[in-house]
Amino acid sequence: MIEWFTWLQVAVAVLAALLCLVLGLVGRTPNDYSLGATLLVEVLLIAQLVVAIVAPLAGNPPTGSLPEFYIYLISALVLPPLAGFWALIERNRWSTVVLGVVCLAIAVMVYRMYQIWALQVA
Amino acid sequence: MATTTSSRAVGIGRVLVAVYGILALAATGRSVFQIIDRFGEAPIAFTLSAISAVVYIFATVALLMPGDTWYRIAWYTIGFELLGVLVVGTISVAAPAVLGLHSINPFGREATVWSAYGLGYLLIPLVLPILGMLWLYRRRPVAVAEAA
Repeated sequence: MIEWFTWLQVAVAVLAALLCLVLGLVGRTPNDYSLGATLLVEVLLIAQLVVAIVAPLAGNPPTGSLPEFYIYLISALVLPPLAGFWALIERNRWSTVVLGVVCLAIAVMVYRMYQIWALQVA
Repeated sequence: MATTTSSRAVGIGRVLVAVYGILALAATGRSVFQIIDRFGEAPIAFTLSAISAVVYIFATVALLMPGDTWYRIAWYTIGFELLGVLVVGTISVAAPAVLGLHSINPFGREATVWSAYGLGYLLIPLVLPILGMLWLYRRRPVAVAEAA
C-alpha cells in the first residue's frame, strides 16, 4: 500500500458517502452524481488492487497478514457494483442512501486494510 | 410492482437490508479467515463468530423475502443476534477466558463481530437488531394489511 494514496482513497470514499447520504435524504433518486461518486470509489479500489499486487514486488511488503488484507479488498471491490445495480433497478431515494452506506463501509474497510498492511504485526 | 414483492424491503427498510448485507459479508469474511488461519487459538469464539455470520446471512435474506414464514425467520434471526451480542459481548468483557480469548481488545486478532458488544464494528451489531425489531414491528403483516 502507498500511504498517501490510501488516505486519498479514504477521503474520497467519505466524501462520496456524505454526498450520497445527503442526496438520498433530501429525496433524490440515484443520479449521475451519486452513481459517479460510487464509480470513482470503485475505480480507486481497482487501483488499490494493482498497488497491492505490485507493492510487495517493489520492496513494500505488508507487515500483517496478506490473506486477511485481500479478504477486505475483495469484499470492498464487490460492494459498489452490487449497490450500483440495486440503484439502477430500484430508482428511489433509499437506493441513493444505500450507495452512501456502501461508500462509508468502504472507507472503514480501506482504513482496516491500511492497519493490516502497515501497523499489524503478524 | 411495489406491492407484489416484499413488504419489508421497502423504504428505509432497504437501507436496513443493505447494512445487514454488509455486516453479513464482514462477519463471514472475518470468521472464514480466522477459522482457516488460527482456529486453534480461540475455537469457541471463532465458532460463535461463524454461527453469527450464518445468522446474519439468514437475517438479510429473511428481510428481503416476502411472506409470513420469512417474517417469522426474520424475528428469530434478529432476536438471536440481539441475544448473541448481549450474552457474548458481556462474557467477552467480563470473562474473556470463558470464550478462550486472551484479550478483550475488540480490534485484536481474536476479536469477533460480537466482542465488546460489537465495538470493533462501531457498535452496529448492537444497534442493528434493535432497529431491525422496530422495523419488523412496524411492517408486521396485520399492520401492513390494514394500511393497504
